[in-house]
Amino acid sequence: MTVPTALDERFRAEAAAQGLLDVAYDLTDSPVGPLLLASTPRGVCRIAFEPEAEHELETLARAFGARVLRSPKPVEPVRRELDDYFEGVRRAFDLPVDLTPLPAFQRLVLEELARVPYGETATYGGLAARIGNARAARAVGGALNRNPIPIVLPCHRVVGASGGLVGYAGGLDRKRALLDLEAGELRLA
Amino acid sequence: MAPPKTTTTAPPPRVGAPPFERFYEVHREEIYRYLVRMLGRQPAEDAFQETFLRALRAYGDLRHARHLRAWAFTIATRVALDERRRARPEPVEAPEVPVADSRPAYAELEHLAGGLPRTERAAVVLRYGYDLDYADIAQALGSSEEAARQAASSGVRRLRAKGAS
Repeated sequence: MTVPTALDERFRAEAAAQGLLDVAYDLTDSPVGPLLLASTPRGVCRIAFEPEAEHELETLARAFGARVLRSPKPVEPVRRELDDYFEGVRRAFDLPVDLTPLPAFQRLVLEELARVPYGETATYGGLAARIGNARAARAVGGALNRNPIPIVLPCHRVVGASGGLVGYAGGLDRKRALLDLEAGELRLA
Repeated sequence: MAPPKTTTTAPPPRVGAPPFERFYEVHREEIYRYLVRMLGRQPAEDAFQETFLRALRAYGDLRHARHLRAWAFTIATRVALDERRRARPEPVEAPEVPVADSRPAYAELEHLAGGLPRTERAAVVLRYGYDLDYADIAQALGSSEEAARQAASSGVRRLRAKGAS
């Protein structure tokens, strides 16, 4: 005798509908591999490549509160916008993001990052200059490396001074795939 | 692209309890079976949802991860007692039947537990079905440890009397 699936789903939906969750998340497949998508009531707070659920849930609980539950409905808008993006029909995300647990410097970098347009690239030094600290390229690199919401906050659009792809927390193959998608050179979906 | 809309007031970080998903995954099957034993399958479904919604409401205030199993049974027991109180009145108290051997043979008697008064039933099921200690059962029933012990032993006596009749 096990918990009926319909009952389990009903509880997860009701928990979100009653506003009882600090974080709702779901796991999904995408053209760049499995993703964990997570939202707080304030906005999308995490997109993880190849998620190791145990570690991700612990991190989310520490950052936003322990009421973390898999519940598909609240993250449905995230999934929908990502699907559109992978199909090449969405060039900008309308999703609000929740960066509340991040240090002020990292928030500043990520907010500047969000201004790099679809299909274009910026350099670490260029981003550093735009936040008014041209010598902070390395710190900018560190902030981008810990970007909790890749794709939506497009750290894949940031390249080395010579145009090389340099690093990407999700792996260089993904970085290249996302840039090729945005250049119209690759169909992902 | 326009900068994203962001919120910048950080909530206080909470520490201690594991992510609710883990708590739910670990305890849901046992709590579901317990509620089916207490209430029957259909009422157990509503009680199951209510148990974990109540747990969620209180979960943000938990400061540690100890005794989470007993805590889950406490909530489920209170939901089940509320449900039984709502569904039907207490059965008339049966006279106590003395039995020589006080050792419970719960497994052979459980099918009769449905007729017990609700607190005795909860005490018996938690003690002999789930091996909770009397301190935890007392918490679940909102009673003293002595009262929990008495409820369980009175329930078992009543069951054995039924089993013998």
